[in-house]
Amino acid sequence: MALEREKSLMKGLRQLIFPLAAVLAAFVAGSFLVLAVGDSPLATYQLLIGSAFTWPDGIGYTLFYATPLIFTGLAVAVAFRCGLLNIGAEGQLYIASFATAWVGITFAGLPAILLVPLCCLAAVLAGGVWGGIPGVLKARFGAHEVITTIMMNFIAIALASYFTQYHYKPPGDAILETVPIGEGGHIARLGRFVPGLPERIPLNLSFLLALATCVLVYLFLWRTRWGYEIRATGASPAAAQYGGIATGRQIVLAMALSGALAGMVGINEVLGYRYRYYDSFSSGYGFTGIAVALLGRNHPVGVILASLLFGALLRGGLFVDIFTEHVSKDLVMVLQGIIILFVAAEAMFRDRFRGPFGRRIKGV
Amino acid sequence: MLELREITKRFGDVLANDRVSFAVAPGTIHALVGENGAGKSTAMRIAYGFYSADSGDVVVDGAVRRFASPQDAIALGIGMVHQHFMLVEPMTVAENIVLGIEPGNALQLDVAGAVSRIRALSAEFGLAIDPTARIEDLSVGQQQRVELLKALYRQARILILDEPTAVLSPQAVRDLFAILRRMREQGKTIVIVTHKLSEVLEISDEVTVMRDGKVVGNRRTAETSAAELARLMVGRDVLLRVVKPEGHPGKPVLAVRGLSSGALGTKDRERRLDGVSFEVRAGEIVGIAGIEGNGQTELIEALAGLAEPAAVTGTIELEGRDVEGLSARARRAGGIAHVPEDRHRRGLLLDFDLAENSILGADDRPPVAVGPWHLWLNREAIRRRTEKILKAFDVRPPDPDLPARSLSGGNQQKLILGRELEESPKLLLVAQPTRGVDIGGIEFIHRRLVEMRDAGCAVLLVSSELEEVTALSDRLLVMREGRIVGEVDPARATPEEIGLLMTGGNAAA
Ligand SMILES: Nc1ncnc2c1ncn2[C@@H]1O[C@H](COP(=O)(O)OP(=O)(O)O)[C@@H](O)[C@H]1O
Ligand SMILES: [Mg+2]
Repeated sequence: MALEREKSLMKGLRQLIFPLAAVLAAFVAGSFLVLAVGDSPLATYQLLIGSAFTWPDGIGYTLFYATPLIFTGLAVAVAFRCGLLNIGAEGQLYIASFATAWVGITFAGLPAILLVPLCCLAAVLAGGVWGGIPGVLKARFGAHEVITTIMMNFIAIALASYFTQYHYKPPGDAILETVPIGEGGHIARLGRFVPGLPERIPLNLSFLLALATCVLVYLFLWRTRWGYEIRATGASPAAAQYGGIATGRQIVLAMALSGALAGMVGINEVLGYRYRYYDSFSSGYGFTGIAVALLGRNHPVGVILASLLFGALLRGGLFVDIFTEHVSKDLVMVLQGIIILFVAAEAMFRDRFRGPFGRRIKGV
Repeated sequence: MLELREITKRFGDVLANDRVSFAVAPGTIHALVGENGAGKSTAMRIAYGFYSADSGDVVVDGAVRRFASPQDAIALGIGMVHQHFMLVEPMTVAENIVLGIEPGNALQLDVAGAVSRIRALSAEFGLAIDPTARIEDLSVGQQQRVELLKALYRQARILILDEPTAVLSPQAVRDLFAILRRMREQGKTIVIVTHKLSEVLEISDEVTVMRDGKVVGNRRTAETSAAELARLMVGRDVLLRVVKPEGHPGKPVLAVRGLSSGALGTKDRERRLDGVSFEVRAGEIVGIAGIEGNGQTELIEALAGLAEPAAVTGTIELEGRDVEGLSARARRAGGIAHVPEDRHRRGLLLDFDLAENSILGADDRPPVAVGPWHLWLNREAIRRRTEKILKAFDVRPPDPDLPARSLSGGNQQKLILGRELEESPKLLLVAQPTRGVDIGGIEFIHRRLVEMRDAGCAVLLVSSELEEVTALSDRLLVMREGRIVGEVDPARATPEEIGLLMTGGNAAA
């Protein structure tokens, strides 16, 4: 038993090597860039990393930025385990956030004990439906999910803007945002419980929810029959069908689940941070989620680690922008890009390496 | 003439060739035999300059040669026909043959000159190939002869054929052997790679046996036997003949009537199954012989519930109950098990571990799935189940945590068979059960199939290995172009008779 745990620990550590190498390589490549524009790489990185891990502001904001990325990273990972590329997390989180706010506004009078669960349910359901539609289109008509989810992104963003603009905006407000949700829909900021962490930092209970969701997703994928069938469908549809698995249903389920996970961003955004729907709030969380999943190898633990990294980069990027002479916060985008490039290259390399023979072990 | 001396070749951790030495005498047919992965192809590719050896020499006509590429080997008169043909389909035979060594200058292909030379060569060796035919219109056997012509056109004196019979019907094998004998008469030297012992004994003058990258024996064919060769190949005594007691067929388990279907997975109208009717009774093995691509795959998939339901007409009854409208899962629950022909695509989740593979098809019910809606996988039960299968079916290495990809073909197949038999099926559908499986594994799998029959299971066996279906079946049906064209008594019928049914009397197919 102890031996077994050690074996799986080693396996986990081995999984870390390549992503870590990719991150390291990206930083090295990025340093040339910083040099080229005329700043000191060392000072820049010191600023980037140092500012992300100061207490309480650095860490508080890093975790706050990481929260939506955990949700979208999980969303992309679950779809990917079923062999689907969900490019639509962005649209799913927008529609879900709006739905969350709508419930929070419409039922503003309800007490917290009712309103919070109701709002959460709205986030999950709206995201789930928005993700499930491309799933149905794929299962029924074979429409490729990459195309349909991209289309649904445009629709979601436009719909949310439209309703905000014409139906839910406070009259006379210059900013495109809805009226606030009822007080009962607010969820606590972690500052209330953690000594030394001021409540102005928007890090809230949804961070803990995100961590718990990772555990649930892990249990779902690897300990339940449904998770097994989703993964089998992703690994080999022909083999899954052979095993009696209705692959179409798995595709719909995986996409709906993926959408629901992306939709949970609305909980962080609306219930924990702004207490309203704020138009174009997402700085591409849905798309960064793809990077998170890729770097995190579509595993919940990897997703947490990658989200923390990207959260830290987002936080540190702001400081790099302000306090260096030539480097802008686009450095963070460049680093992200290079990391993805290396991770993708590694995946290609791995498949090439295995070749048609696999790692054969001789027997018989 | 051609000699390998102490050839060693490593691929990563795999020692593919370990000081391989043997000599091929001029004007002979030399067979190179061994199990899958023994290193035969590697040795031959080194002789052809396709790989270079880590150490050791290739000797041609008494001199040590260094090949930088196959071009150097071709220049010395060595030709090779690969297991997978390298032909351009829409082009003609002549165009394919001159490809890469165009006569005339580069702008003006002298195809006309090539056509007449090819015609002469074809006549000389009895190949019967029309140089102006398009590759896509030729049968597999004919395409193989185009590959032979390609080598002959380049004036090969030594011809290497890597598993040339794997893709051929019995008739085509006979034709190929006639051609090879004729080549030998004309003074060519031939090396034929195979793992079928009957072919070795039939065609070769000398035989070299390889196992685990090493040469383990050289024999004159006249002085050896199938049993001795099998023992050399496997490293222990092997029972080559299927031992099969008299069967005691019971009630019909499977009844198929008027089964027709379109091509699998497509909506085109071409009928791939055309009014197929037959029965399989409890305690009998019904074999289906036929050249691949004549509807066997479609038949098995239609029975397993994997064909598009709309594309299938006719009735399928399991113990008198109509199962035609049922899903693959419902049919499994009804007692149908299936060992698919394509184990990498269908039979296994290659990147999943053995434990997860052992529950494919059984993951939806106890003991594997427990709790409300049978939602939770019972890890303890899965582990027990896996260990039981790995032990009972001698899967090596017996480690439930290994990915299925890492097993050899024979062990993968034993895992699948074990998994399917774990459900104690009433009907077992088996397609190409020993393809790519080593001799030891074949013996094991055959024995298990007979045991299942004796335990009262109805077995439907599809195989393109004629020896296999005739040895195992109690009754043998022959399929051609989507129809059952005949039933023969496997104990009496000769391969020629069956072959004639398989090809419809058209020996060239
Ligand atoms: N190009 C290659 N890369 C890695 N391993 C190889 C390669 N070619 C062959 N092998 C390995 O070398 C061994 C011998 O293979 P091969 O010569 O193809 O055997 P055979 O032709 O007798 O079936 C096998 O274990 C196979 O996996
Ligand atoms: Mg080979």
